Amino acid sequence: MSCTTFYAGETVIHRLDPRPRIIMTAAFALLMALTDHSGVLACGIAAGLILALIARLPAGPLLKRMIRLNIFMALLFLFIPATFGGRPDFTIFSIPFSHEGIVWSAVITMKANAIVLVFAALLGTVELFSLGHAFHHLKVPTKLIHLFLFTLRYLDLFHHEYLTLLRAMRARGFRPRLKIHTYRTLGYLAAMLLVRSLERSERVMAAMKCRGFRGRFYPIRHFHYHRSDAVFSLVSILLIAVFLSVIYADIWRLW
Amino acid sequence: MHITEGVAPVHLALAGAAIAAGGVAAGLRVMKDEQIPRAALMSSVIFISSLVIRLPFGPSSVHPILNGLTGIILGWVSMPVFLVSLFLQALLFQFGGVTTLGINTVTMGLPAVVCFYLFNGPLRRSRSWRRSFLTGAAAGTVASLLSFVLWSIALMLCGKQLMVIAALALGPHIAITIIEGLFTGFVVAFLSRVYPAVFSTPSLMKRGRAD
Repeated sequence: MSCTTFYAGETVIHRLDPRPRIIMTAAFALLMALTDHSGVLACGIAAGLILALIARLPAGPLLKRMIRLNIFMALLFLFIPATFGGRPDFTIFSIPFSHEGIVWSAVITMKANAIVLVFAALLGTVELFSLGHAFHHLKVPTKLIHLFLFTLRYLDLFHHEYLTLLRAMRARGFRPRLKIHTYRTLGYLAAMLLVRSLERSERVMAAMKCRGFRGRFYPIRHFHYHRSDAVFSLVSILLIAVFLSVIYADIWRLW
Repeated sequence: MHITEGVAPVHLALAGAAIAAGGVAAGLRVMKDEQIPRAALMSSVIFISSLVIRLPFGPSSVHPILNGLTGIILGWVSMPVFLVSLFLQALLFQFGGVTTLGINTVTMGLPAVVCFYLFNGPLRRSRSWRRSFLTGAAAGTVASLLSFVLWSIALMLCGKQLMVIAALALGPHIAITIIEGLFTGFVVAFLSRVYPAVFSTPSLMKRGRAD
């Protein structure tokens, strides 16, 4: 699958305990959603960039992500200022672009970029199966973790089954076109994948029962809270506290 | 149909998360331990299908959403299934986002649950290909439209000015809904002929089928 994951790496961030990373990402995302203080948002983006640099996220995939996100933001800048109302900053083709609209769009864009950068640097760098374990240690319901880990486990497999079926269809001359026949064929393809998954799930369940499955999750990965994790948590908490006090005191606004 | 990261203010993000948590809890409660692999493998297939299948539409193509189908088969379990797949989408592809995870789970999952109550019964009683196709198509259409309505409401709650975006999306979404309906109809018709047992239990399969 062509998914962009960042967990291959051996930097300080990769070695941190996943649990504080999950908590700090959540706290940071909430903080960014909470505020529209431009100075704090700019610092948030800076923090995200620094984290991404420390984690040595590969530039290409990261850029692709940021572009995907900012296409929507470009849409905001295109339509919101023209329809927001309020004091116009300038006019293009006699359409007034309001100051409030531009500021609003800029705030949303900054929030989104800050959250996505931190999310990619802190959570994107956790190997996905470790993430499941970390959720277990954070008391997420066992069934939900099972669902997460099983889904993850079979993604690649069903992607390959899909490719196999598609190849068989192509060998028989299938070409997607805007025809009802194409929809029917692709629908049958998806249905066939479902049938295969259901049959496989029965075999999986039987195999699990053989091994005495009773719905418990046995974590095989345990995390240790080292000094570096304590430093990371402390710095994050301090940073969030500083952000909060700046917001509360309402100083250092950029505009 | 995702609310993008950063758009939702904090109170809305939390409200969405609270509603989603309720639905997910209901889904987890319904799902028995021995049904976990079945739900999870289906969730894998639905994640893959909605990502890689491209339904040609004019010069471009659209991806199926498949929440109507998920709902008919999984009922309340669709809520945790969509939570997991939306989280994975945010993590792997940056569709949607962490702060909007709750809202997006609700806009995708609730229509699925509605479809379960509306169409699961008729589908179980259906004896002909035609009837199954029509029921499936109705489920796909209803789920897609409901998702769009919920998405627009969420967008407007995020900021009245975002109504423009919802209005812009209306045209394309009608096309998506038609295609989604046709596609779901074909999937359901195939399943009801080849593997009718899929639809025959409330949440998932009955106990003990696996052994």
